[in-house]
Amino acid sequence: MDVYLPIAEMSVNALLILAMGAGVGFLSGMFGVGGGFLMTPLLIFVGVPPPVAVGTQANQLVGASVSGVLAYWRRGNVDVKLGSVMLAGSTIGTIGGVQIFSLLQRLGQIDLVISLSYVVFLGAIGALMFVESVRALLRRRGAPGARPPKRQHLWMHGLPLKMRFPGSRLYISAIPPFTIGLVGGLLVAIMGIGGGFFLVPAMIYLLGMRASAVAGTSLFQIGFSTAIATFLHAVQNQTVDVLLALLLLAGGVIGAQFGSRAAGALRGEQARALLATIVLAVCLKLAIDLVSTPDDLYSLRILHGAAP
Amino acid sequence: MSARARPVAAALAVLAVLAVWSQASPARAQALVADLSEHLIAISTDFTGTDVVLFGATDGPGEVAVVVRGPPTTTVVRRKRRIAGIWVNADSMTFADVPAYYWAGASAPVDDIAPAAVLERHGIGLAHLRLAPVDAVDRPPGEAAMFRRALVRRKQAEGTYTLEAGRVSFLGDRLFRSTLVFPTEVPTGQYTVSVLLFREGRVVSAQTTPLIVSKVGTGARVFAFARQHAAAYGAIAIAIAVAAGWLAGVAFRRS
Repeated sequence: MDVYLPIAEMSVNALLILAMGAGVGFLSGMFGVGGGFLMTPLLIFVGVPPPVAVGTQANQLVGASVSGVLAYWRRGNVDVKLGSVMLAGSTIGTIGGVQIFSLLQRLGQIDLVISLSYVVFLGAIGALMFVESVRALLRRRGAPGARPPKRQHLWMHGLPLKMRFPGSRLYISAIPPFTIGLVGGLLVAIMGIGGGFFLVPAMIYLLGMRASAVAGTSLFQIGFSTAIATFLHAVQNQTVDVLLALLLLAGGVIGAQFGSRAAGALRGEQARALLATIVLAVCLKLAIDLVSTPDDLYSLRILHGAAP
Repeated sequence: MSARARPVAAALAVLAVLAVWSQASPARAQALVADLSEHLIAISTDFTGTDVVLFGATDGPGEVAVVVRGPPTTTVVRRKRRIAGIWVNADSMTFADVPAYYWAGASAPVDDIAPAAVLERHGIGLAHLRLAPVDAVDRPPGEAAMFRRALVRRKQAEGTYTLEAGRVSFLGDRLFRSTLVFPTEVPTGQYTVSVLLFREGRVVSAQTTPLIVSKVGTGARVFAFARQHAAAYGAIAIAIAVAAGWLAGVAFRRS
């Protein structure tokens, strides 16, 4: 069942895209991650131009965050005030990121930068997760030791602009959440990912937020920043394919339902080791593509005139 | 137009051309008359390439060449170089007036029809197509030729340029026809189909016919809307995603 994607300007098998959406949705339901960092490379693998993959992914994440944040909202697990401070940072990060994206597109380096950032991020995250989950698996065989709580916000107390965040029972400077948001916004704009895998640990370990409010608050922030990124990508780069985004959303929603049910069947460390393996495999494939000699060293890009 | 109806249409059109031509011939108005079976190629979502029949007549013996050009573009050719183990776009050269699509055909091997200078003036055959870089100053000699070759090679790989001269066949010594093959990747825009009649290495008559390649259907409308009303398109994209996300959130609330 082929459908024509109007912006990507290619025909794809709708079932394949739905299946990809469902597969990544399954993983995100299972592991509680957004899955953007898997979806963008997968889209690139099936032939979607990297800039369109990133722009469309931002659009898809708007929908995914809305459906996610609703659940947390109902349980009161969204710290709107802290989320808004992060959002202020991520708005600037997103706008700046889209400008960088446009500039790189003009210079002909965007494909490279997207692939490179994925290799670096996926490699780092995958390796960390893998080591952590293997350690946990080994520890499980030995004596069950209690994990010491990690809170490294010593240096943070010296920062100015202190604010009270009643939702998270925190009294901290606005600068760290603002900065975390800024980096998150850059990730959204350049890589087409929500950045949950960066935001969540940063909010727990740097801000010292309570775990229950972290996911909802980061989703709240991601929903807005991906909406800004979608708008800017559509206006400046014309790289948002609504049809592709909808297909991915449809698949993702269904996949996530099964994923969250299947989550009970796997032990936490096993699941994380599995996810780490997938992440590292995607990273490896992208890295191989970067270093292997291309068939033709020359490539074309039409600056203006007829659309290809 | 369906593929089956095309030969019939072509035959009818040939007859029409002949009728016009036989009336015109007493006055010796034109040495060459030609037309296409279609002047519009509509690319729908299930488009897999199409053939357009070109036919015509001359007022006597001679060789005929046909050149199909897509809309002019400015195209950057980029060259990758290995930097720290990674292949990076390092150099580039920009070419102006690059036809988005190019096809040439003749009734005889191109180089036998006319001297190179004439072929170059009319851009007949890929080797004679004028492709000049706009930023080749201060570049080492030979660079421009290398990038030009790469441009043609990539275009051939895309399927938008055809290297081997296509065929124009004569039926008798006055009627000719040719089949122009347009692949799936055919770029959209305004095309020109030039038909030239050669005698003793000189162009004695020429005719240019327009041909339009355009996308039709919902996909084309979405594409045009996204370009022309980018802000509205962006806002709609967000609204659709929010609605879909909200629906999903509500639908799976109880499950």
